[in-house]
Amino acid sequence: MADTNTAKSEMTTRESTAAEKRDHDVSLRPPVDIFEDAEGITLVADMPGVSREGLNIEVDNDMLLVEGVARIDMPEGMEAVHADVRYSHYRRSFALSSELEVDKIDASLRDGVLNVRIPKRPEIRPRKIEVRVD
Amino acid sequence: MFADWTNSGGSLFDEFRRLESEMDELFGRGSWPAGIRSVAQGTYPPVNVGITPEQVDVYVFAAGVDAQSLDISLQENLLTISGERKAPAREDVNYYRKERFDGGFRRLVTLPDDVDPEQVEARYRDGVLQIHVKRREASRPRQIEVK
Repeated sequence: MADTNTAKSEMTTRESTAAEKRDHDVSLRPPVDIFEDAEGITLVADMPGVSREGLNIEVDNDMLLVEGVARIDMPEGMEAVHADVRYSHYRRSFALSSELEVDKIDASLRDGVLNVRIPKRPEIRPRKIEVRVD
Repeated sequence: MFADWTNSGGSLFDEFRRLESEMDELFGRGSWPAGIRSVAQGTYPPVNVGITPEQVDVYVFAAGVDAQSLDISLQENLLTISGERKAPAREDVNYYRKERFDGGFRRLVTLPDDVDPEQVEARYRDGVLQIHVKRREASRPRQIEVK
């Protein structure tokens, strides 16, 4: 019971911090498609409202981080009446593996859809392996 | 107004969160009365609606949609948005995750009664469709002079 109270008071404290801080605390997890072909892996993420300037992609210790801030122009003094989306910060990370060429990652953004291409090292692209039948 | 561009997110999202906490206060967490046209969490595309005395703004978070495929209509105060987002057919690939929406969608949103169906503007930018509908003059708050 005491734990519940502590959790609650922490929530209240968090609520009262600046909007910017809160946006970073709670972020949206963008839905992704991930698929692999012979040359590499492609990641596609939906991040509506994010422009090039609001996008950040980082690779650190084989960890790929994708984040973005949705910025939407709006009239002053607007009052919300319905909200499916309540946060403006997207964030998701993925662990990469060593056979991927992290320094050759290529990313593009169009209409709120992020496309990240991660090539595989040439030496490990699939080779046809002959099966010998004795 | 431009201040909103410099901070992360902007007060619009604060306003949407304010709505959420107010509703929680009124009805208890997680038990808001569901609007008859409200949809399950995660339905594509998510929609936010905001109002000012002059206009109603609808934000449709529809990334990667061909603007030409969007069909928007407003009958009285009922807004219908439909469109399609087709994932390109890919051969010889191995899918690990397929979380993104694929197919046709249609959403109906009830707007305030005083919207003017003749004054609607829509634009698509960075994957967000913004629909601005003007409200009728008569219903805007007017300053009443006390004699």
